Amino acid sequence: MRRRTQRLWFVVGGLSVLSVAAALVLSAMSDNLVFFYSPTDLIKKAPPVGRMLRIGGLVEAGSVRRSDDGSVAFVVTDTNKTLAVSYHGLLPDLFREGQGVVAQGRLQPDGTFAAAEVLARHDENYMPPEVAKALKDQGMWHPEDGKKPGQQTAPAAMLDRPSGGGQ
Amino acid sequence: MFQLANPRRFYDLAQRLEPWVWAIAAILLSYGLYLGLIVSPPDYQQGETVRIMFVHVPAAWIAMMAYSGMAVASISSLIWRHVVADLFAKASAPVGAGFTFLALVTGSLWGRPMWGTYWVWDARLTSVLILFFLYLGYMALWSAIEDQTKAARAAAVLCLVGAINLPIIKFSVDWWNTLHQPASVARLGGPSIHPAILTPLLVMGIAYMVLYLAMVLQRTRIEILEHRLALALAADASRADRDTSTLSHRSAHSPEGAL
Repeated sequence: MRRRTQRLWFVVGGLSVLSVAAALVLSAMSDNLVFFYSPTDLIKKAPPVGRMLRIGGLVEAGSVRRSDDGSVAFVVTDTNKTLAVSYHGLLPDLFREGQGVVAQGRLQPDGTFAAAEVLARHDENYMPPEVAKALKDQGMWHPEDGKKPGQQTAPAAMLDRPSGGGQ
Repeated sequence: MFQLANPRRFYDLAQRLEPWVWAIAAILLSYGLYLGLIVSPPDYQQGETVRIMFVHVPAAWIAMMAYSGMAVASISSLIWRHVVADLFAKASAPVGAGFTFLALVTGSLWGRPMWGTYWVWDARLTSVLILFFLYLGYMALWSAIEDQTKAARAAAVLCLVGAINLPIIKFSVDWWNTLHQPASVARLGGPSIHPAILTPLLVMGIAYMVLYLAMVLQRTRIEILEHRLALALAADASRADRDTSTLSHRSAHSPEGAL
């Protein structure tokens, strides 16, 4: 029995040391683990102009302008700060106003963002089209504002992740 | 629980349960696929593509569940030295690797039409890929060490070290910005999926779980058989060794041998 207890403590101790080490490594690397910056992050971190990076947020309602030559301009918002994005190319099917988007590209000297690749990001809500329509008709939900059904004031789920709050 | 620590008992129980578990898995899978592919409505954003969720999300659940099972087995193997725990973990690894592979492939096929890319190196996708490599490494370690007792111990330690990855996978979408969307089912505030889409997802989840159980029961039973066989062969070999050595010993010293 004594040997078993000894082994038990050895396993427990080993696992705790390992967890602490992993937590330290992950928190030290957390800047590198971020897949994209929100417009607010960009202002805080101020990455150099011309460096390749990813930005993400919601496509602001009414901001999408398409030109005849296939280029698109839109505004990405995190409901706090905004960033003007220009892009030339095909957009994913899910690219919509009020929906999440992640763009890879470079910051321009004029403060806009030139995207080389645009990916759509979808949220964690799934429902049949009739239900979505009914919610909208009842005025309970305004996807264009990036608000979730039944949630009137909180910002979009994707943007309050890093601070850990939200739900 | 302690009854199952006895390989003989586990073997008998698994053998009796197996046909039933396979049958239930088949029924649930057909029902789940029927619900998911035919009955359930399209999604308001994703349209019909949302149906990939019914094979993708449960695969990811089982990928993590299989590893959790291996981790629990590894702990009991390291502390209480249960042979069945070792064999259960060994038998689970290829099953877990299979489900992880399924989750990665279906996720990639879902990502292309929805996100616009097959793959990105965000925290969720990368941590699941690491889980897949952990499974492969675990299997490789078992086959690299010839002495099965030593192999079991080394594999158990590797499994527990890798278990750190499980909470990272689960919370990666909360801790960091990812392209992958946050949790829809297991989250505070309840599921954010409409019941018409949630029901087929949960049926598929249970179906995958039973399928996993059927595979692992059968594989563990076969591992027990192989373990027995290896022990019997080793015993035979050592007896044969002893016999031949005593024989040669005798013949070397017997008067006939001298002649």
